[in-house]
Amino acid sequence: MTSDELARKDGRKHDEILLSIRNLNKYYGNVLAVDDTNLDIRQGEIFALLGASGSGKSTLLRMLAGFEVPSSGSIMLHGNDIAHLPPNERPFNMMFQSYALFPHMSVEKNIAYGLKHDGMSKDEIHDRVQSMLKLVHMEKYASRKPHQLSGGQRQRVALVRSLAKHPKLLLLDEPMGALDKKLRTEMQLEVVDIIERVGVTCVMVTHDQEEAMTMADRIAIMDEGQIQQIGSPVDIYESPMNRMVAEFIGSVNVFESEIVDDQENYMVLRSPDVESDIFVGRGVSSAVDDKSMLFALRPEKTFISMDRPDKDKNVTRGVVEDIAYLGGHTVYYVKLPSGKIVHCFLANTERRAERPDWEQDVWVYWQDDAGMVMRS
Amino acid sequence: MPQRFSFSRLMFWVGIAFLYVPMLVLVVYSFNESRLVTVWAGFSGKWYVELFQDQQIMTAVWRSLQIAFLSASAAVVLAILGSLIMVRHRNFKGRTLFSGMITAPLVMPDVIIGLSMLLLFVAMGQMIGWPENRGMLTVWIAHTTFCLAYSTVVISSRLREMDRSLEEASLDLGANQIRTFFQVTLPIIAPAIVSAWLLSFTLSLDDVVIASFVTGPGATTLPIEVFSSVRLGVTPKINALATLIIAAVSLVAIGSWYLTKRMNDRVSAQLATS
Repeated sequence: MTSDELARKDGRKHDEILLSIRNLNKYYGNVLAVDDTNLDIRQGEIFALLGASGSGKSTLLRMLAGFEVPSSGSIMLHGNDIAHLPPNERPFNMMFQSYALFPHMSVEKNIAYGLKHDGMSKDEIHDRVQSMLKLVHMEKYASRKPHQLSGGQRQRVALVRSLAKHPKLLLLDEPMGALDKKLRTEMQLEVVDIIERVGVTCVMVTHDQEEAMTMADRIAIMDEGQIQQIGSPVDIYESPMNRMVAEFIGSVNVFESEIVDDQENYMVLRSPDVESDIFVGRGVSSAVDDKSMLFALRPEKTFISMDRPDKDKNVTRGVVEDIAYLGGHTVYYVKLPSGKIVHCFLANTERRAERPDWEQDVWVYWQDDAGMVMRS
Repeated sequence: MPQRFSFSRLMFWVGIAFLYVPMLVLVVYSFNESRLVTVWAGFSGKWYVELFQDQQIMTAVWRSLQIAFLSASAAVVLAILGSLIMVRHRNFKGRTLFSGMITAPLVMPDVIIGLSMLLLFVAMGQMIGWPENRGMLTVWIAHTTFCLAYSTVVISSRLREMDRSLEEASLDLGANQIRTFFQVTLPIIAPAIVSAWLLSFTLSLDDVVIASFVTGPGATTLPIEVFSSVRLGVTPKINALATLIIAAVSLVAIGSWYLTKRMNDRVSAQLATS
């Protein structure tokens, strides 16, 4: 990493808030699409709204863009409520899922379209368009029509068209939705690179967790119109607040359990699915009477062994129910004595090593700090 | 290569003959020397000369073209407005009723449209003194009404296909509603507008029933002129006129087919991109 890049990463960290969403609601008839949402977008960050379809993430984005009018609540930009401004009066630009490039205009005209409405002079527009084309190495394609471009090229044009006006906030609606899988990974990094180079704050909507985790600095998980959790990709994955978040991001084994002992620096749980006690290397120090807890374990932190591991906690017996060999790793579906199926990933670091087979008795175990505990 | 006899091939040629032989006969007899339509007396172009000297017919042609042009133009403008309301304004309460009503003239017999128009004009003339009497203006209004129905069907279906996010992108980039309409929506639905206009133009040029109800003295359109002159006996002059019309219509049809094909090719290529 060059010093330049380091400086930029540091620059991202400062917590100046660009946009505040307060108590935002959106009803469609009687259906509540966005439910009393509060959110702060920081200057210079890439923020992802992640959720399944119908979770309200697109509605929230469209309210930011101005295509939907909130039923109540405010969107504050530099102390002004812009919730009711029409889209053409907001200093935000959006890249659409379909790209929405104007089919009757050349690449050049598409990019210049927004600038013309700003009253810029012809020379200024020309210079800006050229610098935008340069940003994505598309100078040679200036006079092409959108239908003469490939998918990736179209996306680049759509991206710089939305960057051309130097918006305060860039909105991305399912940015990779129209690309095939291979191109997607490539474009994700390229788009992030361009966004960082320009230094624009960005809010994106996606249903693809990999995309959100690759591109975003912070992620908000949305479900049924509400934000379930906001955090960095690591926070979201390693410390989910509830079962919904844990299960939405990656796969997870969840054990319903009860607190047996809760101390300042450790905690012991008991679950009907696990034969030994579950030892967690930190306490939740709960004063609540409700003893029930959820213990969640990621499959890559759930180990599987043919010999009994040398430990009396965090270990249980099982039988291999199914095996899915995926090349890089293998997923074992292990059936515990209680009938519960647990997923374990085993990284294939050796070629053709000896592995547990179907119907084989195995031991499932994990480290003291591997699990996550949640109330709901 | 000798083609094997096949039933479908035979039916194809029978069908073609059924459609085109009458017109062919008409074209051939327009070059007939004789005044009698059914007796061949040698080749001559004299009926064409006479046609162009017939002031009455030439006035009717010119009048019909004017009415067709005006009706098609007015119908298309109104159809664009109607389509925008039907397709774009979701919170417009009477949308379904409006969509149903605007296309009603498609299935209404011409006689009924003509008669109701006539009654309306007469009643209006008596109550508010306008239109004073029937003529080109009333034919224009009547033709606009029924062309509007056809144009709306064509234009609204195109508008429905159009990707909404194109308009949203335009707004997002700072254009207001009016600019968005003229710079984005209109160019994209242009092929539909052209076909709607051509369709309206031909429908208006062709109409005899509605026009004969609402026309007045000094506003005889070409179809009415032809219709009434045929009642006195068909002269080869009418054949000559009909031949010219066939030629003109074929040219326009081929031209518009080519034009819309080119536009559609371009548009479908564009649609494939989005």
